[in-house]
Amino acid sequence: MEATEQRSESTATIDSQSDAEAASTACLGGDKALVEALRSGCEASFAVLIDRHQASMLRVAEFYVADRAAAEDVVQETWMAVIRGIDRFDGRSSIKTWMFRILTNRAKTMGQRAARVVPVSAILGGAAAEDCAVDPARFFDARHPQWPGHWCNPPTAWALGPDDQVATNEAIEVVLLAITGLPAMQRTVITLRDVECWTSREVCIALALTETNQRVLLHRARSRVRRRLEQHEDEAADRLEA
Amino acid sequence: MIAEDLACQELVELVTDYLEGALAPCRRARFEQHLAACPFCVTYVEQIRQIITTASAVAPQRLSPAAQQRLLRAFRGWHSLEPPPPHESG
Ligand SMILES: [Zn+2]
Repeated sequence: MEATEQRSESTATIDSQSDAEAASTACLGGDKALVEALRSGCEASFAVLIDRHQASMLRVAEFYVADRAAAEDVVQETWMAVIRGIDRFDGRSSIKTWMFRILTNRAKTMGQRAARVVPVSAILGGAAAEDCAVDPARFFDARHPQWPGHWCNPPTAWALGPDDQVATNEAIEVVLLAITGLPAMQRTVITLRDVECWTSREVCIALALTETNQRVLLHRARSRVRRRLEQHEDEAADRLEA
Repeated sequence: MIAEDLACQELVELVTDYLEGALAPCRRARFEQHLAACPFCVTYVEQIRQIITTASAVAPQRLSPAAQQRLLRAFRGWHSLEPPPPHESG
């Protein structure tokens, strides 16, 4: 703690060059170095943190509260709590987990005030046709003598698919558009999991979801995005034929 | 030719559980047995994997420079404030 105070005194003299150096060291050095830099008041390391987490913080906050403005308030409050409380961070969890715990608690409180707690029933309820991974019409009827429940109109390999595991720009665009059009909860889960590569545990904690509900949302989201990309492929094939 | 107990229509609903490692061993075995015999479902699972690969290539959202500047200005203010008492678990 003493060292921290000394360092914050010297902050004023840090020029932008060494600030940037400190930030890049902080990135390479992982949490411990980043936390040290934040405690010393290093602005560039705060910029690193903002860059890494601001978008997902807004996403998570929006999961709980009524509107964008309220979500922005929650995020702003969280940043202040993070900076003012950084000396209390004990390193038992990652700084990301710690930050999102602060955010989630605040967002939950605010969400309750706005009477908008996530109804879990809304996740699993109403298994509409839309929630089937694939249009039931693409399978043989369950009473089909030979192939009950098997493909009658099977998927065909995509022209647009990633070549050697590298996604094409066109595919990225279609996927992004499809994700944007998803119902809110599905969109939040697939974005955190597949775009931002969070673990399922991180997502469950941040969104206060059970593992099962998280998987249901992820499943519906991925299935819908696949359907959208398939549609895109079909349209492209039709254009070629025309 | 096609595994008896798992229909394609059931398999497509289990893909996420499969990829997440959440299937019980016996169901997992049935899933893989089905894949070994059904090229259509192999294509399906492959497409879901392509979705995941493609999504991970989406560029992360960036904060506008103006919004970032606002936060950094606030940071200076927060940091110059008296820090709260230490030793509260975090
Ligand atoms: Zn099959």
